[in-house]
Amino acid sequence: MTSPVSYADVVPGTELPAVTYPVTRLSLVKYCGASGDFNVIHWNERVARSVGLPDVIAHGMFTMAQAGRYVTDWAGDAGALVEFGVRFSAPVVVPDDDVGAAIEVSGTVEEKLDGNRVVLGLTARSGEAKVLTRSRAVVRLP
Amino acid sequence: MGINKDYLGRTFPVTDPYEVSRIKIAEFAGAIGDPNPVYRDRAAAQAAGYPDVIAPPTFPVVIAMAASGQAVADPGLGLNYAMVVHGEQRFEYSRPLHAGDVVTAQSTISGIREVGSITMLTTETVIRTAEGEHVCTGFSTLVERGEA
Repeated sequence: MTSPVSYADVVPGTELPAVTYPVTRLSLVKYCGASGDFNVIHWNERVARSVGLPDVIAHGMFTMAQAGRYVTDWAGDAGALVEFGVRFSAPVVVPDDDVGAAIEVSGTVEEKLDGNRVVLGLTARSGEAKVLTRSRAVVRLP
Repeated sequence: MGINKDYLGRTFPVTDPYEVSRIKIAEFAGAIGDPNPVYRDRAAAQAAGYPDVIAPPTFPVVIAMAASGQAVADPGLGLNYAMVVHGEQRFEYSRPLHAGDVVTAQSTISGIREVGSITMLTTETVIRTAEGEHVCTGFSTLVERGEA
C-alpha cells in the first residue's frame, strides 16, 4: 500500500513507476475457483493447443485484476475507482514451470477532471507482448 | 452458423439475489494475489470509511457472469463459445461492493458487430442491491474468432 494521493498533488503527464506481478499455473487454478471461470484453456495445455493457443493462457480478468491492484495501490484507496476499462490485446501465456509469467503494468496521469477525478492511462506487457492496450481508470481522490 | 442479430437489445431475466460474503472476497483477493487489508480485515476497511470489507474492483465479474452467461449461452444467439476470447471489459462504479451486500444482476445485449470472420458481442450488466441502489455496471465484449 502506498500512502493516499491527493487530487491537488497530481500532475497530468506524470508517468507512474511500472510494477511487475507474477502469474503461475497455481495462480490460474486459484483464479478459476475464486471466479467460477473454469474455461479449460486456463488450466489444460492439451486443450489450449488444440484451439490454436501456444500454451495455457491467463484469464483476461486476472490480468485486469493486476491492473486494478496497480491503480488502487497508487491511489491508496481500494474503493476509489469510478470507471475502469481495458482492452485485452494479447494473451498472457503461462508456461508449466516454477517461474510462470510476469505481467508488467505501467500508467500515466492523463488528465484531471472536475469532482476530484483523475484519469490514468494504463498498459500491461507480458514478455514481448502488449497484453492490455487502450486501458484507463478514473479514480476519485481526496 | 452466424450470430442472430435479432438478439441486439434483448434483456435477460434478473438473477437470483447474491450475498457478498467476507470469505468469498478474501478468497478472490487471495486468488489475484492482492494483499490489501481492506479486502480481509473489517477494522481496516472501517478505518478507510467502509461499512465492512470491500471487494476488489474486478470482483463484480463473479456476479455479472451469472447474468451475462444467460445471454452468451442462449442457443438462439448462435455464439460458438469454444472460439470465444474476452476482448474488452469496462466497469462503471457507484461504489465498491462490500460484505453484506445482497445484489442482483441483469444483462442486456448492447452490441453485435461483425468484422470479416470476427463477431463481437457486447453485454451490459447492471448490478443493484435488493433495495434498487446502483452499485456498478459492467460492459463485456466477447470476440468470436472465425473458423480458419
